[in-house]
Amino acid sequence: MNNSTLFRLDWVSLIIYFLLIGFGLTNIYSTSFTEVSFSLFDWSYPAGKQFWIFCFSLSFFPLILYLNSHFFEHLAAVFYTISILSLLGLFLFGQKISGATSWYILGGVSLQPAEFAKICTALYVASSLSSIQMDIKKRASLVKIIFIVLLPMLLIILQPDAGSALVFTAIFFVLLREGLDLRTLYVGLGLISVFILSLLFDPISLSIALLILVVLVYRIILYSFPKTKKRPFLLTLCLATIFSFSVDFIFNSVFEQRHRDRFNVILGLETDAKGIGYNINQSKIAIGSGGLIGKGFLNGTQTKGGFVPEQHTDYIFTTIGEEWGFLGSCGLIILFTCLILRILYRAEKHTQPFPRIFSYCFASMLFVHFFINIGMTLGLVPTVGIPLPFISYGGTNLLAFSIMLFIYLNLDVNRLS
Amino acid sequence: MVRKVILMGFTLGSSLLFIFQLINLQLFKSDYSERSLNNAVQKRPIYPNRGLIYDRNGTLWVANKPVYDLMVVPENLNTFDTLELSSNLKITKAELVQQIKNAARFSKKLPSVILRQLSMEEVALLQEKMWKFPGFYFQKKSTRDYILPIGANVLGYTSETNRNEIRTKTDYDLGEMIGRQGIEKTYEKTLRGKKGVQLFQKDRFNRIIGPYEEGAFDVLPEEAEDITLTLDAVLQGYGEALMVNKRGGIVALEPESGEVLALITAPSYNPNVLIGRERSKFFKALVQDTITKPLFDRSLQAEYSPGSPFKTLNALIGLQEKIITPETLFSCNQGHYYARGAFMKCHCSVGTKSNVIKGIYNSCNSFFAKTYARLIASKPSPAEGVDLWRKHLEKFGLGDYLGYDLPIGKQGFIPDSKYYNRWYKEGGWGPSTIVSNAIGQGEILTTPIQMANFTATIANRGFFKKPHFKKAPLEKSLDSLYPKNQTLIDTEHFETVIEGMHQVVERGTARIARIKGIEVCGKTGTVENFIRLNNEKTQLTDHSIFVAFAPKENPKIAIAVFIENGYWGGRWAAPIASLMIEKYLKGTVERRWLEKRMLEGSLLAEYEKPLSGIPFTINE
Repeated sequence: MNNSTLFRLDWVSLIIYFLLIGFGLTNIYSTSFTEVSFSLFDWSYPAGKQFWIFCFSLSFFPLILYLNSHFFEHLAAVFYTISILSLLGLFLFGQKISGATSWYILGGVSLQPAEFAKICTALYVASSLSSIQMDIKKRASLVKIIFIVLLPMLLIILQPDAGSALVFTAIFFVLLREGLDLRTLYVGLGLISVFILSLLFDPISLSIALLILVVLVYRIILYSFPKTKKRPFLLTLCLATIFSFSVDFIFNSVFEQRHRDRFNVILGLETDAKGIGYNINQSKIAIGSGGLIGKGFLNGTQTKGGFVPEQHTDYIFTTIGEEWGFLGSCGLIILFTCLILRILYRAEKHTQPFPRIFSYCFASMLFVHFFINIGMTLGLVPTVGIPLPFISYGGTNLLAFSIMLFIYLNLDVNRLS
Repeated sequence: MVRKVILMGFTLGSSLLFIFQLINLQLFKSDYSERSLNNAVQKRPIYPNRGLIYDRNGTLWVANKPVYDLMVVPENLNTFDTLELSSNLKITKAELVQQIKNAARFSKKLPSVILRQLSMEEVALLQEKMWKFPGFYFQKKSTRDYILPIGANVLGYTSETNRNEIRTKTDYDLGEMIGRQGIEKTYEKTLRGKKGVQLFQKDRFNRIIGPYEEGAFDVLPEEAEDITLTLDAVLQGYGEALMVNKRGGIVALEPESGEVLALITAPSYNPNVLIGRERSKFFKALVQDTITKPLFDRSLQAEYSPGSPFKTLNALIGLQEKIITPETLFSCNQGHYYARGAFMKCHCSVGTKSNVIKGIYNSCNSFFAKTYARLIASKPSPAEGVDLWRKHLEKFGLGDYLGYDLPIGKQGFIPDSKYYNRWYKEGGWGPSTIVSNAIGQGEILTTPIQMANFTATIANRGFFKKPHFKKAPLEKSLDSLYPKNQTLIDTEHFETVIEGMHQVVERGTARIARIKGIEVCGKTGTVENFIRLNNEKTQLTDHSIFVAFAPKENPKIAIAVFIENGYWGGRWAAPIASLMIEKYLKGTVERRWLEKRMLEGSLLAEYEKPLSGIPFTINE
């Protein structure tokens, strides 16, 4: 590390990182605050613990920044292997905490290997995609990449921790950037729309509506481009109809009740504020009661009363909404957006594929966390338990995302221009 | 190119979506903040102590005392000896177990009431054993303490609000004390004060975890105001003692101010039975007693025929309308024929000639029947005559609720021409049809307080002030609060009638009411009355009535006494009124023999007669 390193460092991202951490600590403090104030350095309180983990994470900063950039690329496969082994090891040595065997507990410190698997998978995907033999347009390459992603996902689903597994779908955005057929995006979005519509309406009426829509669209396109073929439209229609019926079947016969409930609450098909909708209802009350400027630090009544479950972890955004109001919540959203956009912007400047792809992986994982977590607390996305990076309480997550940020900074500093 | 912006697009799109949802939740749906408050903040009211009640001489009459509710938090319960606790509480074991079950069903973490309103004595006995019963504790509350156990009909009573009520009375909490009747009800606002509120932060189990915002939004209660009544507690207590084993009412007024000095109904009850945990039992007993009706205030609600005291009013009207002069003489032969074949009896001996003064002190029926008939006939039609008569009576506050500050009352009844036209064919009635009105029988109905009020009007020589029970504040002039209600009768006529009333006591029907050193003016009454017994109109023993005021000049007390089925006015009502006057004006009663007779006298045997089912004689 020398002066030029400091000069070339992406200070914008680093400052946003510090701001987010600071804001996160403030709010974790608030959620665990009762009557007696306690020191931020007190390990026995969540805020204190988080603070010390933050300091621990910072100790990685010079180390990672000093490493040669090629170190990550060359050792990606090793890291990946270690992380897969650590996930497998969970089945033997893991500790079960609230229903999921996701933790190692070593001398009072609990570690969640799934968080590190995120870094390792990102590194390995980046190194694989950047190798000269790889071409994402070839089926073999695509299958290899999908395998790399699916393996840790599967192991995490088996824990079971569907939320963390879901984060790995972020790689989809990376693949799209690196040349995956764009039609997969359209099909993906189409499938999601049909999925939601199938839950809202019954499949028969939905199919009829689709039929009418497809016929209309076909007619209009036929009018402008007379040579358009009929077949793709028919195919789309058939697939959509089949999908719609299968969603109906899967939803009602394969899903468990708790899964169904999560969707039903979000889509407004069930309004049970005390039972299954309790979390989301309390979360909305907390955020909504904040108003424009919020109730102020430590003054959130919902926060103090502990009405929102898991408030210092997955529902940390409710505290922000309640105590810091619209301004604070908006500020956080804007900070996050800036960080993601900043990383993407800097990623595009790389001439080498590895640093670009890794940065992209990092940005997309951040995005998925951001989208699912805040979307969930705002009642826009079904309940999925994943933390808000840098903000939520959770040591491994903070450490993993800090390391990812430091790797990103390293790659960014050592860009070949 | 598109590939480079896909994720950026998603990021920006999501942010906008989130901000849009935040605007929606935080800036537009304002009810969230209210829901959050309901959710997380518990308002606990602080009740000021209810205002004290004093009598006119500053004697403390009604105060407050602590009572205790036995509470339980089911979560904290441990095994304990249910039998020991229940026997200490004087309830059955099954009741106790049921109460605990109910409490647990309501909430395991929140306190519930097991037993309400234990007295300090009961709690003292239990307190030292409470360590054996974890999960139970006492919660202090306040209830009324009637230092003087009298005047239940005036004071009214309080009780806790119920679930139905708080729907309309949004200002009240469930179980808050509210005035139900009497002074407690009329002056509820004054006596209640203004409750404060203390805010507590709750957690999701509804448990209190500390004051909300360090008490910044707490509101201190405003102390309730005390009330000084116009009643004289000594006189009230004396009157109630005199009325033991009798039924009826006594109303005593200070004529000049309209202040009520005593308001007695009999039978009544000890106000202390309507507090504490036995309240509902006693209240039920009072409500269900439909024979003696202890909750029925006879002094305010009972409408009787006024009888002979009413003659004084007819005399005044006759004098004012120049139907008679003080010199006018009417003859009486043990009564007279007021129409062909219709004879009104009188106790005058044959050949008596009476002027108005003699008519009053001898209570001559014929004199007043003749005066009344001429009054009605003095106008072109009897209708106009009756309406003129009624106009005068209205000025005495008859046929009116009077507007005093207690929540109950009756209007009484003074007939007018419309009433008679409805009963008889138009023009089918005349002076002789309605001549009973002359002697206070007939259609007229008055309540004891109305009778006391017209007596006060006579004592005042022509005006009355609205009767009231709360002392007017010193800084306000009495005339502005209670303006004089002037009658249409000249003062000189009052002097004539008052002389007649004085003679009643001096040499007439109520010589027993004479008090050494005090010039008492009064008028007896003996009122025929009937009930329906086995579907037959049955006459009962006459009601005994006496109205009086004293002293003659510058009167200090006006009183009406009504004793149901006491026979003639001089037998019960006049002595009682006289004793009351003596007690009030002199402080002590010298006529011990009379006092003893009245205190010990009982009419219970008389009241038993119609209920006994065997034939009985009246007026013995």
